[in-house]
Amino acid sequence: MGQISQNVAADHKGQQHPIGLYLKIWALLFILSGLSYSVDYFNVEGLMRWSLIIIFMLLKAGLIISVFMHMMWERLALLYLIIVPPGAILVLVALMVLESDYVHLLRMTFLGGAG
Amino acid sequence: MARNNHTPSEKTPAPIGRHEELLTDWASDREAFKNVSWGKSMMWIFLLSDTFIFGTFLTGYMTVRMTTTVPWPNPSEVFALTIGGVELPLVLIAIMTFILISSSGTMAMAVNMGYRGDRKKAGILMLVTALFGLSFVSMQAFEWTKLIHEGVRPWENPFGAHQFGATFFMITGFHGLHVSVGVIYLTVVAIKVLKGDYERRGDYQIVEITGLYWHFVDLVWVFIFAFFYLW
Repeated sequence: MGQISQNVAADHKGQQHPIGLYLKIWALLFILSGLSYSVDYFNVEGLMRWSLIIIFMLLKAGLIISVFMHMMWERLALLYLIIVPPGAILVLVALMVLESDYVHLLRMTFLGGAG
Repeated sequence: MARNNHTPSEKTPAPIGRHEELLTDWASDREAFKNVSWGKSMMWIFLLSDTFIFGTFLTGYMTVRMTTTVPWPNPSEVFALTIGGVELPLVLIAIMTFILISSSGTMAMAVNMGYRGDRKKAGILMLVTALFGLSFVSMQAFEWTKLIHEGVRPWENPFGAHQFGATFFMITGFHGLHVSVGVIYLTVVAIKVLKGDYERRGDYQIVEITGLYWHFVDLVWVFIFAFFYLW
């Protein structure tokens, strides 16, 4: 009872977190952006490049969603509503990757390699 | 007991696990998103639909890039700028990234100030965010102008695969449109905050809802930056 009334009281005032937290996340995002830019600047190539780009991208996205958009303090019902459906896009990505060789060959065969 | 505002039939506010809470939230016949105002849940649902738009754009880009028979232009070179005699790869894009992140930072502070009831600081921080957004759009306009002068079109370009122009203009254009709309949205809400329109209700959640939109625009740029410019 006591805990719940506290939660409700907090909800009425909205999301209140110390300013320092936002500043720290801001600094982290700057560092991560600098790191992902340096991947290009120092010409990192191949698998290393792609994995670094994806790691930095996911870390940045995670920080923005969970702290700046307050998702880590929201209820699971809202979190799953937002996080689960975009999984369908990953299915589309997988399908397109599977088809890509075939489409590439079609273009070579019927478009004479142009485009 | 306060939770019973939503479900009067429920009697047990006993502590439950998060997954159990998820089940009871969805199983209750009144509202699934407890303590979340309609404004906030609608903004999230809108952002979810926008995620699908950008997600499918980026998937389309991936598809043409994987299937094209002509080499893809090297974005590191296409977007390089020569400053003081030194050619810097992607330098403008990097600056745009830092600007957008900074705007997200000021937006987060504005939300915080709004909930603290400091409406002057909240409004000013929102206007600062809008200014960052405006400078982002201006740099994008510069980028577009440069590329158009170099002969990049949606149907052809001098650097390689023709689809480069189509995906570039479509993805960055749609994102730029979101930033521009966000600047207008932020300015309107900031003016209302500064005028004290929300003072009577004492409810500054509108700042957080506007912030959700703005952070989303930044979020989309994180993905565009990674997949379009860095890949």
